[in-house]
Amino acid sequence: MANEHDAAAMAGDVAHGAAEAAGHAASNAGMPQLDLTSFPNQIFWLLVTLVVIYWVLSRIALPRISAVLADRSGTISGDLAAAEDYKLKAREAEAAYEKALADARAQAQKIVAEARAEIQKDLDAATAKADAEISARATESEARIAEIRAGAVEAVEAVAKDTAGELVAALGGKADATAIAAAVGARVKG
Amino acid sequence: MTEEHSEGLAFHPMDQFMVKPLFGDGPIHWYTPTNVTLWMAIGVLAIVLMLVVGTRGRAIVPSRAQSIAELTYGFIHKMVEDVAGKDALKFFPYIFTLFLFIVVSNFLGLLPKAFTPTSHIAVTAVLAMLVFVTVTVVGFVKNGTHFLGLFWVSSAPLALRPVLAVIEVISYFVRPVSHSIRLAGNMMAGHAVIKVFAAFAPLVLMSAVGVVVTPLSILAITAMYGLEIIVALVQAYVFTILTCVYLKDALHPSH
Repeated sequence: MANEHDAAAMAGDVAHGAAEAAGHAASNAGMPQLDLTSFPNQIFWLLVTLVVIYWVLSRIALPRISAVLADRSGTISGDLAAAEDYKLKAREAEAAYEKALADARAQAQKIVAEARAEIQKDLDAATAKADAEISARATESEARIAEIRAGAVEAVEAVAKDTAGELVAALGGKADATAIAAAVGARVKG
Repeated sequence: MTEEHSEGLAFHPMDQFMVKPLFGDGPIHWYTPTNVTLWMAIGVLAIVLMLVVGTRGRAIVPSRAQSIAELTYGFIHKMVEDVAGKDALKFFPYIFTLFLFIVVSNFLGLLPKAFTPTSHIAVTAVLAMLVFVTVTVVGFVKNGTHFLGLFWVSSAPLALRPVLAVIEVISYFVRPVSHSIRLAGNMMAGHAVIKVFAAFAPLVLMSAVGVVVTPLSILAITAMYGLEIIVALVQAYVFTILTCVYLKDALHPSH
């Protein structure tokens, strides 16, 4: 029952296929790939397609893409060269800057040394002057001190003589001025 | 019971490869616009969109579309240069045409309801014969009779050379056959398998077994589809790189 049905369906299928294929019997047998009647059609349209693709590629697409690629590699190498150039310039500028900095530093050091030397000279002169003044003052002061000391010794002697004379007189003696002077002088000196 | 239901499944895995007229039902003459014409035209359109419209900006910093065009260009350009040598670059537009046609046909063929020109031996045989004839002509024009040195393996012992020459000649003439059948066979097999799995998918509407079969078949379709995406690219790549290898033989026939 089922088999009969199957066979009928198959037959129907084949008939339908035959109607559809209309004139080329081979297609019903199996693979449409082996249906020789469709070959001229496929080959013709394939050749048309290939020619169109080839034309589009060789006339438009490939020149354009290769131009873009060449352009890009040109731009890239140009940019790289420019970058290298800039790098070199930057390095030069850095070197110049370093040199200027070093020069300035050396200059500054020189100026500082000069100023220091000048100041030292001034300082030395002022010190020498002050020393001289101080020693002059010291000498003067010493002289005055000596004078005062001498004056003081004399005054002590005179006061001692007077006091001694007065003491002798007060004790009821008779003061011999010369003896007193000699005694006091000896004492004071001693 | 189940058998009766499964009769409702329609197995027509090869129907997708039928060449049909676009208009009407008449016989197919060589000039008749067919679904072949339609899908090849869509392929040309895709190529124009990708390589011409995509690159119209001619930008130094490329847009996405332009990147795709440039990457494709660079891929094939490098392949030709690396495999076939610098002097093969004048054949680059020709090889690029073949690659683009195959890759675009393969991928467009993965759309549901699409027709795949590269699944037809008529198409791939023409492509392979174009390569074969070009390579043979270029070989003789460039090298004259030295091109026959390709068949004379001078590194082998003298006694073996005639035997090897016969084998080399046979393999040389088998090249276009394997070259074309490899592509058509791969494309056809994958599509047919997907279609067979797809035929199981509506089983859930007819039978209780479908609860298991339908998800399985959908899973299988998805897996096959993923595989087919790889195959679409790999077969285009293989066809192109073999073209480059043959071209290298023609340009530099010495082993």
